Amino acid sequence: MSDNLQILVDLLPRLGEGVLVTLELTVGGAVLALLVAFVLGLAGRARTRWARVPSRVVVEFFRGTSLVVQIFWLYYVLPLPPFYVELDPLACGIIALGLNYGAYAAEVVRGSINAVPTGQWEAATALDMGPVHRLRRVILPQAWPLMMPLFTNLLIQLVKGSALATYVSLHDLNFFIGELRKGTTETVFAYTVGLLVYFAIAYALTLVMNALEARAKNNVGQGPSLREILRLTPARVDTAEVRP
Amino acid sequence: MNDFWNWDHAAAVFPSLIKGLGVTVLATVIGMVIAAILGLLVAIVRRSGVRAVTWPVGFLVEFIRSTPLLVQLVFANLLFTQFPSLAVGCAVLGIHYATYMSEVYRAGIDAVPKGQWEAAVALDLPRGRTWRDVILPQAIRNTLPGLGNYAISMFKETPFLAFIYVVEMYAAAQAYGGGNFRYMEAITLAGLLFLLVSYPTSLLVRRMENRLA
Repeated sequence: MSDNLQILVDLLPRLGEGVLVTLELTVGGAVLALLVAFVLGLAGRARTRWARVPSRVVVEFFRGTSLVVQIFWLYYVLPLPPFYVELDPLACGIIALGLNYGAYAAEVVRGSINAVPTGQWEAATALDMGPVHRLRRVILPQAWPLMMPLFTNLLIQLVKGSALATYVSLHDLNFFIGELRKGTTETVFAYTVGLLVYFAIAYALTLVMNALEARAKNNVGQGPSLREILRLTPARVDTAEVRP
Repeated sequence: MNDFWNWDHAAAVFPSLIKGLGVTVLATVIGMVIAAILGLLVAIVRRSGVRAVTWPVGFLVEFIRSTPLLVQLVFANLLFTQFPSLAVGCAVLGIHYATYMSEVYRAGIDAVPKGQWEAAVALDLPRGRTWRDVILPQAIRNTLPGLGNYAISMFKETPFLAFIYVVEMYAAAQAYGGGNFRYMEAITLAGLLFLLVSYPTSLLVRRMENRLA
């Protein structure tokens, strides 16, 4: 066992590099996914058919086909004729993750915006707000807290999906697990360490997302502020909320 | 155009893709049966309130839920070399999705009105019968759309089985691509076949959702 730990300590810099690649994929994929989600989600509830139909087709396409197929299509098919587009493996991973989870997130965006009460739209129109102003100041601040918990789930899914990157020649955390296994010849040890690191990443991201969710809720007057949650002395709890 | 898409290659790869699709569907069905049963058990155990049980089970569920399926598959396949890869793959898929399903069941059970529990107590029904005849029939109705959605998402995650050498649809496409240096038709067709199966199923699930809601 101590030999294994020694090998693990020796390999720590490699672990760091692996985690870094996994995080690059996660952050890159998440940013692209968020962008795709808002573009497709807003287009999905546009009034003209010219925006709505393409958005639906794209969303259903990326939700309906497998992430594995998408990432390998980018990696193996794109460099071939007639495309001749040779992507960096990291770009391949980020684009596949971003488009796949962006399509899922587009549905979240669309659903959350639809869930904002119609009275809010009407009130904003009555106050003579333009469409952009209305969306930015009234609708999105209310839809955002509804989106957050679902985005958290998708982000964890994205972290897990990033393990595929090993097979498009990236040296991510999953690749490191294989290296550790070769070094120690202990399958159980290597995979337990690897899975724990994945768990730690996912858990840390969940904590960050929960904090963002609390902030989003507080911004529209629901729940305590982030500062109140993080304060050492327990925040004053409204008794009306505790009563069942 | 013939450089872009060659129908001869498409026709040549098609039979092996269909064969792979069979394996894909088989893995999904077996995986989903395991997930549906195990998920229900986990949900009931987590409701028991005995901390010595709920704590470890809760941790295990969180752990399995937030680590990659791919890594779990490769790990299990290296550990249980005495079993065929397909069996290991189905079991891992089933266990992974059982952790998702347990949350769906939990929500479904929570959605059963409190009055139903109280009525069962008032009628002096034993605990087993309360679950079997009162709570679960109502809870499972609520969980059917969730079950359908996870079946679709499991279907799309079966290509991960290719990494433990199960020849399902994606592996078949990959093998053809590698053997003939023509990935275009094989991988594109595999993607389209996924869409062909999963999109109608998702429409069906949506209809079921609307009808049950």
